[in-house]
Parts: sequence; C-alpha cells; structure tokens
Amino acid sequence: MSVLLDVKDLIVRFYTQEGTVYAVNGVSFELEEGETLGIVGESGSGKSVSSLALMGLIPSPPGKVESGTVTFEGRDLLTLKPDQMRLIRGKEIAMIFQDPMTSLNPVLTIGTQITESLKLHEGMNTSQSRKRAADLLDMVGIPDAYRRLDDYPHQFSGGMRQRVMIAMGLSCNPKLLIADEPTTALDVTIQAQIIELVKQLKDEFNMAMIWITHDLGVVAGIADRIQVMYGGRIMESGSSHEVFGDSRHPYTEGLLGSLPRLDSSGEEKLTQIEGSPPDMRNEPAGCPFAPRCDVREHLNLERCWDERPPLETVPNAGGDETHVMSCWADIREGVA
Amino acid sequence: MSSQAMAVETRKNLDPNDVILEVTDLKKHFPISAGIVFQRQVGAVRAVDGVSFQVIRGETLGLVGESGCGKSTTGRTILQLYRPTEGSVRFEGQELSTMSGNDLRQMRRRMQIIFQDPFASLNPRMTVGSIVSEPLQIHRIYSNKQERQQYVEALMEKVGLNPYFINRYPHEFSGGQRQRIGIARALALEPSFIVADEPISALDVSIQAQVVNLMEELQDELGLTYLFIAHDLSMVRHICDRVAVMYLGKIVELGPVDEVYDNPQHPYTQALLSAVPVPDPQVEENRQRIIIAGDLPSPASPPTGCNFNTRCPVRFDLCFEEPDPPLIEVRPDHYVSCHRVT
Ligand SMILES: Nc1ncnc2c1ncn2[C@@H]1O[C@H](COP(=O)(O)OP(=O)(O)OP(=O)(O)O)[C@@H](O)[C@H]1O
Ligand SMILES: Nc1ncnc2c1ncn2[C@@H]1O[C@H](COP(=O)(O)OP(=O)(O)OP(=O)(O)O)[C@@H](O)[C@H]1O
Ligand code: SF4
Ligand code: SF4
Ligand SMILES: [Mg+2]
Ligand SMILES: [Mg+2]
Repeated sequence: MSVLLDVKDLIVRFYTQEGTVYAVNGVSFELEEGETLGIVGESGSGKSVSSLALMGLIPSPPGKVESGTVTFEGRDLLTLKPDQMRLIRGKEIAMIFQDPMTSLNPVLTIGTQITESLKLHEGMNTSQSRKRAADLLDMVGIPDAYRRLDDYPHQFSGGMRQRVMIAMGLSCNPKLLIADEPTTALDVTIQAQIIELVKQLKDEFNMAMIWITHDLGVVAGIADRIQVMYGGRIMESGSSHEVFGDSRHPYTEGLLGSLPRLDSSGEEKLTQIEGSPPDMRNEPAGCPFAPRCDVREHLNLERCWDERPPLETVPNAGGDETHVMSCWADIREGVA
Repeated sequence: MSSQAMAVETRKNLDPNDVILEVTDLKKHFPISAGIVFQRQVGAVRAVDGVSFQVIRGETLGLVGESGCGKSTTGRTILQLYRPTEGSVRFEGQELSTMSGNDLRQMRRRMQIIFQDPFASLNPRMTVGSIVSEPLQIHRIYSNKQERQQYVEALMEKVGLNPYFINRYPHEFSGGQRQRIGIARALALEPSFIVADEPISALDVSIQAQVVNLMEELQDELGLTYLFIAHDLSMVRHICDRVAVMYLGKIVELGPVDEVYDNPQHPYTQALLSAVPVPDPQVEENRQRIIIAGDLPSPASPPTGCNFNTRCPVRFDLCFEEPDPPLIEVRPDHYVSCHRVT
C-alpha cells in the first residue's frame, strides 16, 4: 500500500474578539490508500478544524492555517489555488458532515444536487447524470430512487438524508472520504444501518476514509487506525487493537476507563477524569492534559507543565513503530 | 383495564409501600389541528399510548428507545407537566392525574426533573445562588436569607461545586458544572423521585462519568429514586436496576437490566442492543448485527396490529391483526409484548 495523504505539522488558529483560539497545534499523520483512520476526541479538541484545514475549508478570517503541509497524491493541497482545490473537493476527496441539513440545499431537489456535481466533475449530460444519481440513491438503500430524485431534502427522514449525503459524497468515486460525525445525530439502529452501508461501499470502491467521532465504540468497529486528540494535539495513535487493547497515554486510558460497557453488568463505579476540557484560548506550554492528569500528579512530573512531549513510538511497542503517543510518562512502567 | 396493566398487576411479593410510583395505562395524545380561521382537530400524535409500570423506592428505572418514541413525554406526563389524556399516575399513594392547585404544588416538591441541556435549562441572567434557591423561595422555605444562603452553599458542596462561585452566572461554568447546578436545583426541595431526562447526553465523554458517579452517590446518600431517560444503552446498563424499552408510545419489554441485556426477548430490543457499538475492536469483529430496515413510523398514524410490524424481521400473519400483543411476564419480572414470544 502507498501513502495517499501525508499531513505534516499542521497549525490552525482563529483570531477572534475574545482572543486567539489555538485550535490545532502541530498535527501530523499519514493515511494509506484504502485505509480507515478514526479520529476521536472530545468537543473542541480540533477534530473538525484539522479535517477542514486539509480540505482548504477554514473560514478566513477569523481562521488561519499558520503552517503545515498536506500532501495528497504528491501535491501540497495547502498551496493550491481555490479553483484547483474545488476540482479536488467532491471529485477526489469528499466530505460528509454531522447535520445533512446544513450541507444539503433546502430549496433544490435531491436530484438537482447530485447531478450538479456529476455534470461538473464527470461531464455528464442531464439524462446520464439523472440515471447515475438514481443508481447512487438505490445503492445507498433509498427505495423508489428514480421517483425520489424530484423530492426536496425536508421530505426525507434524518437517516435518509444522511444516506443522500453519502450518495453525493460517493458520486465521483473519491479516493478519500472524510466523514465528520456522520451518525452522531442518528438513532443507534439507523447508525448501524449507515455504518454497514459505508463499510460495504468502502470495500467496493477501495476508498480511504477518515471517520471523526467522539464515540469510541463506533471507531472500534470501523477503523484500522485510531488517533486520539486532545487540546488540538494528537495524544496517541496506533492500530485500533493497539489503542484499545494496549493504550499507553493517560488520557486514552482515562477515557476508556470512564466508559460503561454494554456487554458486562456495570457493578463497579466508573473511573472519572477530574476537571474539564481545556480553554483553547490558552496555548499550553507543556502537555495540554497536564491539569487533569493523575499520572503527572502521581509521579510528580514538573516538566509536563512547561515542556511539550513529542509524538514518539511508545516504549516497548512490540516491534511496531506505528503505535505512537505524546507523553513524558510510561504508564506500563510507572516511570518517567 | 388493558393487558399491559394486568401484566404489571401480576408482579408478586411486592410490599405496596415499596412502590413509589405506579403508572397505569397512561396515554398522552397531542392534537393535530388544521384550518386557518377555525382550528379543528384532524388527528392526534399518540406520543404515549398506554404504558404501565411501577417504580420501586430507591431504584433506578431506565427508559430507552429511539428518538420520538415518547420517553420525554412519559416523564413529563408523570410529573403532570403535561396532563394525561387517559390513565392513572399514583405517586406515594396519591393519584396525581386528578390533582390540581395547591395539592399538586405540594406533591411536586417530592418529584423533580433534570434536563438534557444544561445550557438551555438555566436562566442566563440568574446567579447560581438564585437558580438553586428559586424553588425554596417559591415554596417559602427558609424565609431567613442567611439560612437560605447556607443551605444553598451546602447543596453546592454536595454536588461538587465550590460555594465560592455562588454569585457567578451559568455561562461562567463548563457543561458538566452546569449540569451540577441543575442537579443542585433539583435537590433543593429534598425530592424523593427524580426524572433525569438525558442528563448526560450533551456532556463530553470525560464529564459523563463525573455526573453519573455524582448521581449514584446522591442516590445512596439520600435514598433517591430515579427514572433515567437515555439514548446511551451502555450507560443505562451501568446505572439502572431495571429497564423499560419503548417503541412508538408503548413499552415493548421491561425487566431487570442484566436480564434484559443478556437475554432480550423482543425483536426490537434485540435489534437495538445489537446496534450499539462496543469500544473493543475484538468484540466488534465478531459481532452479529441485526439491522432493521426503515425508520420509526409516525406516532400520528401507528400501524394496525403490533407497532413494530413495519420493521420487524420475524413478523408473521398474527402481527397485523388487532389487538396488538399484550405485555406478558415471560420470566420472573421480565415482561415482553410480542406474539413470537408469548
Ligand atoms: N470559525 C471559528 N471561529 C472561532 N473558533 C473556532 C471556529 N471553528 C472552530 N473554532 C474553535 O477551534 C477549536 C477546535 O474546534 P473543532 O471544531 O475542531 O472541535 P471538534 O474536535 O470538531 O469538536 P466537536 O466534537 O464539538 O465537533 C474549538 O475551540 C473551537 O471553538
Ligand atoms: N408538545 C408537543 N406537541 C405535539 N407533539 C409532541 C409534543 N411533544 C412531543 N411530541 C411528539 O410526541 C412524540 C414523542 O416525543 P418525545 O419528545 O416524548 O420523544 P422522546 O422519546 O423523548 O424522543 P427524544 O429521544 O428525541 O428526546 C414525537 O413524535 C414528538 O414529535
Ligand atoms: S505528558 Fe505528563 S501531563 Fe501529559 S499525559 Fe503524560 S504524564 Fe500526563
Ligand atoms: S408481534 Fe410480530 S411484528 Fe411485533 S415484534 Fe413480535 S414478531 Fe415482530
Ligand atoms: Mg467537530
Ligand atoms: Mg426526549
């Protein structure tokens, strides 16, 4: 497999009236062809902003990509002109969002919205594009697809709108699909429908995928690799088996410990992470998790406050260099 | 009496004093009106359509099901924030559905609600102190201002808020802290029963455990009874003693949590539980999902026969005939409403 996307040292800030928001503070990762990366983290941890940045979609002002490179198939996306970027968006990289109503135009029929992109990117005429649009809706499980082309978004349920978004996203066979909380607003039964659908389509199209969510359960079932974000930085990243089965970062460990399990009776008390998520208007000199970290407290690690731990291969990684984390301590050994 | 009600009547070995709340054949229908000048009723949203259950003192009963199935409406109708269309709600031995005025106000002291959205449910122009003490003022408890302040400070301490912040406004607190304010307010009148309507859904994952642990501690300490409404089925298993699964305004399965989760009997419960992702890739790799097609039908025109018959993977002839399946005890304390099971 070869590298499809290579993000290096991405820094994004927002200059607002309430001060500078340090949204993404040096994020680097690679994605291989056909691979699924799950990005998890709490609200405000920089998941959406980092993916918007690589699509060239940061609103500016107030936002600014301060530094970084985003290499997609050999080109640096951050240096492309807006109209060059527009050709890549939708065609080679597609994105689906949490709330389909914000990305579907309420006054245009579903058919118009899907055929628009087919005409732009694939040069199809009206009848060709309508035929293809109906096929796509059929593929994502919308009954009576040809007739429904002339319906408006509000005539579809939430789950069906998300299917329409997926159909639109896949219309030009993208190499990369970025899905930002695509099932968060949906019921679990509908979420399960969508996840099954995406898994099946991903194999069919051999797409790579970035799946953004705060639900660790969802990525456990869908992602090859997991990246845990906190305070605009990557805390830990590795294969899903490594991150779930052998988590090494105090934050990942804390998150997993705080989750109740569906498959076992919940007698014990949940372990809780104290404190609250960081205010992104302060750029921490050291580790962003330091104020809440019980490992730091236990080991009395002063450097956590003023030195940023680099993202490095975890100690005793079992020969696998892809399992990385950003922490001064080694929780397996209890030493720093 | 409906079959649901009869099924619950069969619960054995229960000291009537243990039952804090008894809901019988409760219905809440919202009228649908049409017409520009003369509004006339053209139909009804059958949000809650005949539910019966009991809540035992000191327990946590979970109420789960898809969006729009009637969970919040059930909670609000119990508290008489909505008046029932039909049916009875007995709380601590007294019938609420016919109660009004001062009697109802007095009963309401004993029952409180915590809402989902800590941002929307707190008045942004009131300080924490006045938010928490408002119920005390309404019910004229602690006319002495200083005593009242001491009580509010003690409450803040109890829910893990620093009393030092008593004069701050809601926007100065994080989501988890705001939910603590909502809990402190709910506790002010020393209720015995609390409806928690999605109390953690709007919170960050790392904050959810804090709030759930707090609710459990308060329950142990104060002997509270909870009706816990939630989407998160894993959290429901953790916090609840029993669970009721709702579908389209009706309870389709009811029983002790471990029993229902380990041995779900209703096809809807089976599908619902199988759809919940588990944060463990090894488990996920080997899971068999029951994918149910389609969406929840409209509660304004529910199907004839079993409510689940438009999506049920194992439906058969009988499922389309009226009356719909009764809720029947299939194992001790475990009730199911399905022709396949009973
Ligand atoms: N347009 C904007 N102007 C100012 N600040 C912004 C803007 N967009 C995002 N931010 C800030 O950047 C930070 C990162 O936001 P981001 O949307 O990436 O979070 P997220 O991880 O996607 O969270 P969520 O789970 O809530 O979607 C947050 O502090 C957010 O408030
Ligand atoms: N005040 C109202 N007037 C009319 N219809 C209502 C009203 N409140 C609720 N409904 C309808 O009643 C049904 C049940 O709603 P309810 O809010 O009880 O569902 P819920 O199970 O709490 O859903 P959610 O999980 O989304 O909170 C829905 O179809 C809803 O649209
Ligand atoms: S670097 Fe220090 S504060 Fe950060 S996670 Fe590791 S031990 Fe905790
Ligand atoms: S009664 Fe019939 S339709 Fe209803 S849940 Fe049982 S098998 Fe399915
Ligand atoms: Mg986001
Ligand atoms: Mg509700």
